[in-house]
Amino acid sequence: MRGSLFRKNLVTTLLLAPAALWLVIFLVLPFIAIAIFSVGERAPEGGYQAALTFAQYANLPARATAFWNTMVLAPIGALACLLVAYPVAYYLALRAPDRWRLILLAMIVIPFWTSLLMRTYAWMYILGGRGIPALLAYVGIEDLRLINTPGAVLLGIVYGYLPLMILPIYVSLERLDRRLLEASADLGATPLSTFLGVTLRLSLPGVMTGFSLVMILLLGEYLIPTLLGGGKVFFIGNALVDLFLQSRNWPFGSAIAITLVLVSVVVLIIANRISTRLSGARRVDLI
Amino acid sequence: MRAFVVAVFAFLYLPIALVVLFSFNAGHHASEFTGFSVQWYGKALSNPFLVEALKNSLFIATTSALLAAFCGTAAALGLQRVGARTRALFDALLGAAIVVPGVVIGISTLVALVQLFAVVNPFLAELWPTDQPPKLSLGYGSIIAAHGLFSMALVTMIVGTRLSSLDRNLVEASSDLYATPLTTFRSIVLPQIMPAVIAGFLLAFTFSFDDFIVAFFVAGAQTTLPIYVFASIRRGVTPEINAIATIVLCASVVLVLLAQWQLGRRKPSP
Repeated sequence: MRGSLFRKNLVTTLLLAPAALWLVIFLVLPFIAIAIFSVGERAPEGGYQAALTFAQYANLPARATAFWNTMVLAPIGALACLLVAYPVAYYLALRAPDRWRLILLAMIVIPFWTSLLMRTYAWMYILGGRGIPALLAYVGIEDLRLINTPGAVLLGIVYGYLPLMILPIYVSLERLDRRLLEASADLGATPLSTFLGVTLRLSLPGVMTGFSLVMILLLGEYLIPTLLGGGKVFFIGNALVDLFLQSRNWPFGSAIAITLVLVSVVVLIIANRISTRLSGARRVDLI
Repeated sequence: MRAFVVAVFAFLYLPIALVVLFSFNAGHHASEFTGFSVQWYGKALSNPFLVEALKNSLFIATTSALLAAFCGTAAALGLQRVGARTRALFDALLGAAIVVPGVVIGISTLVALVQLFAVVNPFLAELWPTDQPPKLSLGYGSIIAAHGLFSMALVTMIVGTRLSSLDRNLVEASSDLYATPLTTFRSIVLPQIMPAVIAGFLLAFTFSFDDFIVAFFVAGAQTTLPIYVFASIRRGVTPEINAIATIVLCASVVLVLLAQWQLGRRKPSP
């Protein structure tokens, strides 16, 4: 009896060991490493020098522009995503004909899994000098600058993250008990008040999941501001690439990264609070 | 609302369609389509740097997806056999591996590995019997490990979902009929979770093949396809990039459709 129990534990351990090692070596330890770096000092030649100082954190305002751009454009971008995504998710979950639903859903999932680099490139191509501006020049509108503006970055954000916003909202709307909608109508509610009181309210967990996921990924975004903002719209991601790969100030970069993670955690906690207060389920299926 | 939804789908697909269309442009300019030609595909595929980057990406994506499928499936099975507390800890770490932005995963892996190599390499030099000790550095290994982190978490999630909907009666019936645990696993559990494992592998492959930002930090001297494309884009937009983008997009679409088909398959009846 004891032998079989031992064997059972051994099998469980062996099953979990590779994943546990992977998580510890490539997630937990690296995170501890940047936490240590963030209270260190920059060595004269650009490496790391052991120290215990909060000078790196005190220096954060030096990158205030990057923080400001990210903190303004990430929530605006997530909100814009949400406004476009909700009607689509609503249509897919409650209005679309059955035989179309799966096809349309697949058409949302596919862009989510295709290269963000290539999809951002598409807009660089369209907004760039030889794209829309060249077409507009034919009809007499000259010198219109589309690319390398905050507007282009915002467009890229909505384009890139729309699928990620649609999916969780779709999931929460699809699980909605249709009888509630009928009951609401039977009790004399107008379509608008049914929507506000039942549909919207019950889909809020999905909305919060989508919003917080998009928001967190946007906080670390690098490709979209680089390609569509052309070095004019700097995000925290750009600051991190600069500090780690170009100017090589790793301790300062680590302090920024830790701050980024802390902000993400705060976003997650707030979103979690809101959605648990409103309802239970929060699971997302990404496929 | 119908019109709005149609407009959103157009918004999602027109830019991609335009990139694909102009990859077949005979001329060089994006503003006018001057004729059909596949010359840019020829140019792209005869570019040795590009082919090298493509090979690297295929190797890295295959290896990290295989490792992720294997470790992720094992973890999903193992998590069925542990207490609530261990499970919650794993779920939190796996969730973090998925949600933490690629930039942060990239730099923290970079920092940790560079420190680790600085400690390990002198040791290796000391202990190695010959004059040329192996020197650990960033490259294939670090990209595979960093991609594998996200992918493994993804596979664990997908397979775990499938396991939780597994028909327990079949497992019990199998052991009532005196099948050994291994036989039960092979003939009951494995066939039912296999579609999820395959889907997880395909998505892991797609992720690794498409990822730019994590690889950008930990690639060292290596180049992957997205890193190469990023560098080319910054030098200027050419139809050659459209050709590469078209190939990559087609590959992703095929892989994702395959994954969805696997996940949608009805469980095989035993």
